[in-house]
Amino acid sequence: MKKDLIFEIGTEEIPARFMNKSLERLKLIAESLFKDNRIRYGEINVYGTPRRLTLYVKDVMDKQEDLEIIKKGPSKKAAYDSDGNPTKALLGFLKGNKFEKDNLSVKDEYLYGKRLEKGNDTIEVLKEILPKVITAINFPKSMKWGNKSFKFVRPVRWLLPIYGDKLVEFDKDGIPCSKITKGHRTLSKEDIIIDNTSEYFDKLREGFVIVDQNERREMIRNQINRIAVEKGGVITTDEELLEEILYLVEYPTAFCGSFDEEFLELPKEVVITPMKEHQRYFPIEDDKGELLNYFIAVRNGDENYINIVKEGNEKVLRARLSDARFFFDEDKKTGLESCVEKLKNVVFQETLGTMYDKTSNIKDISSYLSEELRLSDIDKKYLDRAAYLSKADLVTNMVKEFDELQGIMGKEYALIQGEDPLVAKAIGEYYMPRFAGDKVPSSTVGSLLSISDKIDTIAGCFSIGIQPTGSQDPYALRRQALGIINIILEKSINLSFRGLAKKSLEPFIKKNILAKEESKVLDQIEEFFKVRLKNALLEQGYDYDILDAVLNKGIDDIYDAYLRIKELSKWRKKEEFLNIVGSFIRVSNLAKECKNPVINYSLFDSEEEKTLVHIYEKTKEEFLKAIGEKDYNNALKAIEVLKEPIDNFFDNIMVMVEDINIRNNRLAILKQISEMMNIFADLSIIVVNK
Amino acid sequence: MTFQEIILNLQNYWAEKNCIIAQPYDIEVGAGTMSPFTFLKALGPEPWQIAYVEPSRRPADARYGENPNRVYQHHQYQVIIKPSPDDIQDLYLGSLEALGIDPVKHDIRFVEDNWEAPTLGAWGLGWEVWLDGMEITQFTYFQQIGGFDCELESAELTYGLERIAMYIQEKDNVFDIEWVGNITYGDIFKKAEVEHSFYSFEEADISLLFNLFNQYKKEAERIIAKSLVIPAYDYVLKCSHMFNVLDSRGAISVTERTGFIAEVRNLAKLVAQSYLKQREDMGFPLLKKIEKTK
Repeated sequence: MKKDLIFEIGTEEIPARFMNKSLERLKLIAESLFKDNRIRYGEINVYGTPRRLTLYVKDVMDKQEDLEIIKKGPSKKAAYDSDGNPTKALLGFLKGNKFEKDNLSVKDEYLYGKRLEKGNDTIEVLKEILPKVITAINFPKSMKWGNKSFKFVRPVRWLLPIYGDKLVEFDKDGIPCSKITKGHRTLSKEDIIIDNTSEYFDKLREGFVIVDQNERREMIRNQINRIAVEKGGVITTDEELLEEILYLVEYPTAFCGSFDEEFLELPKEVVITPMKEHQRYFPIEDDKGELLNYFIAVRNGDENYINIVKEGNEKVLRARLSDARFFFDEDKKTGLESCVEKLKNVVFQETLGTMYDKTSNIKDISSYLSEELRLSDIDKKYLDRAAYLSKADLVTNMVKEFDELQGIMGKEYALIQGEDPLVAKAIGEYYMPRFAGDKVPSSTVGSLLSISDKIDTIAGCFSIGIQPTGSQDPYALRRQALGIINIILEKSINLSFRGLAKKSLEPFIKKNILAKEESKVLDQIEEFFKVRLKNALLEQGYDYDILDAVLNKGIDDIYDAYLRIKELSKWRKKEEFLNIVGSFIRVSNLAKECKNPVINYSLFDSEEEKTLVHIYEKTKEEFLKAIGEKDYNNALKAIEVLKEPIDNFFDNIMVMVEDINIRNNRLAILKQISEMMNIFADLSIIVVNK
Repeated sequence: MTFQEIILNLQNYWAEKNCIIAQPYDIEVGAGTMSPFTFLKALGPEPWQIAYVEPSRRPADARYGENPNRVYQHHQYQVIIKPSPDDIQDLYLGSLEALGIDPVKHDIRFVEDNWEAPTLGAWGLGWEVWLDGMEITQFTYFQQIGGFDCELESAELTYGLERIAMYIQEKDNVFDIEWVGNITYGDIFKKAEVEHSFYSFEEADISLLFNLFNQYKKEAERIIAKSLVIPAYDYVLKCSHMFNVLDSRGAISVTERTGFIAEVRNLAKLVAQSYLKQREDMGFPLLKKIEKTK
């Protein structure tokens, strides 16, 4: 017989940001407990609202599967005494495992016991495993309450475990465990009794709870889109906000509020941020992308009294926008210049210093980059100015109130005080990429400012031994390193990485705060970037061996390494190329034996040698020319001609001959060829038979 | 509903729920949590239930009486119930009804907000409660106080009285709140706000205050060694207030800041430790008593 199981854990409001992960976890826990306990079922679904986590298992068999238990016992010799009677050892084995004497068998002189453990009633097993489900869901932050023996994300207030039409009775720290659940906090005062799992969703719906998050998501989506259309606008899709609101409401009802049009004179971000971040409202834009003076909010409840709710929310937003306008006006009066001074009072990191210190580091690194990359004088000037103002907005009222507006406000204020638009743009975009998958800055000045800021943070942290470990990366160093890599690759920036890292360490060496010697810190930073670059390119689909072939040589110029990887990946798809690589692998294997790579022409005693060296020398010239021009396609094309002479050489000549001079000379030929190849990449580690 | 009626209604409501109705503490505090009625009583295994108004000073929030929402001193209504009862959220919603706020007619949300007080070595998990999008109460389950795990977890409710009053009375400016009859919040506090702002930002005698901070700290250390827990805690509160004024005066540099916070926290920890010891020596007298009043 199959019946459904519903297990609802009733809680106080669970933080929305934990819900998706917690539900996934709940499902995995249930799967493994059902499997371990041999309970067959049809399908497991999980549902969640702010006040409940629900496990819904369809078609659960009412008995566990039977289990055949077989165990190895004592040897035949030890099992019976000389009279053929069971020894203590055998009796102990039987008793300890609840085996019957009749079910013993012998294999390889050892006794084996066997018995069939009948499957228990599922409902009995559930009494054991459901309490375990509760404690197995772990949350990023959990709490104790009311003297309970276990922690949970917020207090658990009721449990509703129903199998078919039966309550699965158990005690968990005295938490009420019954057929009673609760509806919406304010709209459904009475207890809701669930007699049968089939009533669960409908009865809760009557109690103003839409249990299924997918249904709630669609309700919210439809409601907000309908309102946006009514107002002649569109909602810029914001899945993140939608996902959050989804778990803030049990019964969603969207409504539209408005605010004074005069607030639309503020920068768009200034209006949107308090709406979204503080109030969880959706902004509406017209078809030109201009903000409208409406907002859409989602109430946890029904249509009744919605005007009261709307007016309340409008009032709150009005106060917030008035605040924002007040801050904006104040900041405009202050100007960024005097903010820079105030950065002396903002700590970046205790040992590394203040934001003012960071600003001067960024300026130094920027001017290093300006020189290295030979920026035009005007760009140099812009970059320097943008670097000087880059952190100024951190002490503006606006950013103090909404820290996610860093950079964005800097840009606005820079424009207002008459900075060049390119300077303002750089300030506005240098925090990019702000998250995984975000775009890189579009301008050159913004890109270089971004690199300067990020490498300063990385160099500073590595200087004093702060490195990401496991899930710990408080300064988001991984993201920042990846940001630098993405900028370099997308903007085609050729640059000595070690030079940049060395430059970035200067202020910390001057301060004498390095935890290790400079060269070790540099090595660590390089290794850190190498791993990030490798991971990033692996994710883009490049092959391991090709990445290793190029990156194991050390990456001083990240963009150049990338070009080589790209070229090599293109060539590895060609059959002929793989054949050449095969030949090179033979060359480089033997070349390892060479101690003195000087070729003595007078020692040639075969055509094959002469031909190989002749073609090699001609090829080398072309090859080096192409490498010098970073024309890696031509470089690889150039070496194609080496395949035939190499193969002839190996087919017709013994390298390891008796005559030591001739042998060394032949090894020298191979060594030179292999060294030439290594200038491009270590082809010997490329997997040929893929 | 006037400001004083709001207070009276909350007093009556929580008195009916068996809370001790206490008076504000007579030393400057930044929040109701800092009153020994919360900070100390939340420690240890003894039950406790109390409610009180706490005028709370935050020098950095002073705005010369010109900002409609921010003030040097605001009023918190603080409720501590230990251990937290199972129906604490319902009790809380009931208190809103006592203020004439019918939860059915509004959108009430419990939005994640975790509380932490570095100077007290204290933290807890909970929410800010939203009434139609406005934060009106901080709701916290204490987990640690003075660096000690809470043996018996308390629920703390902190109502922002000015916000609630502005909402109920539909005022856009805190100084327009009706305190009683034709007496406004501004009539009572505006001048003090202006003066405190001048004092905190411009006039406070920096060297005197640094000196006081050190003297208070020394005195706290001296008497905690003699197990005079409450007097020692009073001096910790004074240190904390001195720190806040110096901070708003811009007298504390970035590097010093963490040091000051650590000093206050260490004092708070010492007091917490002595308090726990003291209660244990006394045989935790409230263990039986509070049960009786329930």
